[in-house]
Amino acid sequence: MSFRKRYGANPVHLIVHVIGLAVAAYAVVELLGEKRWVNFAAWFLAAAVLHDLVLLPVYTVLDHVFRARLPSRSAAHRVPIVNHVRAPALISGLLLLIYFPLILGPARPGYFSATGHHPSGYLRNWLLITIALFAGSAAVYAVRVWRR
Amino acid sequence: MSAVTKLKQRLKEPPPGPFRPEFWRSPLRGPWLTSLLGSLLLPLILIMALTGLISHDAYHPELAGNSPVNQAHDIGVLIQFPASWPSWIFALTQGTHVTVGLITIPLLLAKLWSVIPKLFQWPAVRSAANAIERLSLLLLVGGALFEFATGVLNIQNYYPWHFNFVVAHYYGAWVFCSAFLIHVTVKMPVVVRAYRERGVLKPLRDNLSNTRPEPASGTGADALIAVAPAPPTLSRRGLLGLVGGASLTLLVANIGESIGGPLRRLALLAPRGRVFGSGPNDFQVNRTAVAAGITPQLIGSGWRLQVRAGGRAMALTRAQLTAMAQHTHDLTIGCVEGWSTTQTWTGVRLADLAALVGAGEGATATVVSVQPGGLYGSATFASEQVRDPRSLLALRVNGVDLSPDHGYPARAIGPGVPGVHCTKWIGKVSFE
Repeated sequence: MSFRKRYGANPVHLIVHVIGLAVAAYAVVELLGEKRWVNFAAWFLAAAVLHDLVLLPVYTVLDHVFRARLPSRSAAHRVPIVNHVRAPALISGLLLLIYFPLILGPARPGYFSATGHHPSGYLRNWLLITIALFAGSAAVYAVRVWRR
Repeated sequence: MSAVTKLKQRLKEPPPGPFRPEFWRSPLRGPWLTSLLGSLLLPLILIMALTGLISHDAYHPELAGNSPVNQAHDIGVLIQFPASWPSWIFALTQGTHVTVGLITIPLLLAKLWSVIPKLFQWPAVRSAANAIERLSLLLLVGGALFEFATGVLNIQNYYPWHFNFVVAHYYGAWVFCSAFLIHVTVKMPVVVRAYRERGVLKPLRDNLSNTRPEPASGTGADALIAVAPAPPTLSRRGLLGLVGGASLTLLVANIGESIGGPLRRLALLAPRGRVFGSGPNDFQVNRTAVAAGITPQLIGSGWRLQVRAGGRAMALTRAQLTAMAQHTHDLTIGCVEGWSTTQTWTGVRLADLAALVGAGEGATATVVSVQPGGLYGSATFASEQVRDPRSLLALRVNGVDLSPDHGYPARAIGPGVPGVHCTKWIGKVSFE
């Protein structure tokens, strides 16, 4: 039986993995020396699980629900509107995902002790950016419809 | 048929839902799309790894007390810029690290979206090679998301975890980067093949009505191609435009906190986008005097600067310090969180203080704050930094005395020194 048949890939695949995983193991061993390594491991695994099994399914389902509710294209509007809603909604949602500690407030105590100021205006700024994104997208849509 | 054979037969059939290939319907997924997203990620990840390592070494982790990472096991210093380089060098590399990190997030999410069917492959393990590769992919995906999530929360001063951020972000990066290098090496042939068969950029010419699923190539990478594709609602260039638009929005909403000037007003979501007044002490503060537990007694008329080298020690009043030769330099405070600010600082050269107590040429300087506790109450400057004429024990900023929040009576500052090492409310300088 050839190596390829028994292992499932060429020897380079195995060598690269052994070297790479050995380096990763060094870092893991160093982390295990930390007092709070269980918390670290939980965060590491939760990051992958929350993305793959929560975030991605949630935005996929939201997209499906939204598209199911779109009116079918009328003859007057040959320009599909779907991406003119999707794009600003996705970007706005991503900004909220990244900046929720400042926008929604859980970062408040840490931020105050670091800067001496309460993080104010982030919710307003996020809403302003969201409005600007939707307005910009609507303007592009209007131009596209008009040019038809 | 025996029960065992029956069971084996059943296990070959994927369970319903995402384990069935027909579950994944996007006509955009395929080896070419994933290759393009991966090729765009590659340089960005390398920039982050490099600037991250530069940042780690900019702290001079080899000097006592400078690093929370256990130095006995660390790999040692790899990249350290000369102290003679411009004072904004750390602000540049760290601003790059944070900004590139933020604008990479949309690309990372798109890349993960493009390969999600692979998570649900059936059978779950095909061979020894497949098993070891899936283990490395767990480290890759977990590592990437961990690094981005902890970085993003750290710049917002939000710490919902119990581990030490610096240690976890550093070793998390080692786990991620090793898995990343495995992935790049192993997948390179798939990328080359996809580009050769479909052209590097050719599929971007397709508008929505021309968008079709990628043709099968007869390799394992075909698993990404939908077997029952839905009609396209977005072209491939549309998807790329969406990713680019998200990255551009993040760039505009952030870059001002690193570059400063009028751009800071545009940094609507940057944690340090706040615009201050026009007073000489009106610029970003990291940790106020109150937050650090600094009382008026600690920095009042009873304050003395203890300066020591070997057996020699002296205590200087602030008046004695201001009577020494004063030097003024424009120096940048660059924070590990990515923001920076450049101000005009005046004070006594660290080298002059060293000479005062007869410290040797190669002495390092450990500056210690009078703050009662907390992180970063002290830092050690390398001998090269101590000798640099721009390294100051700053007493004044922009022509006036430091405000308590900026470190009155005295703070350390020097070219290329990470912000948290620019220790405030200094009570002691030891040369060794």
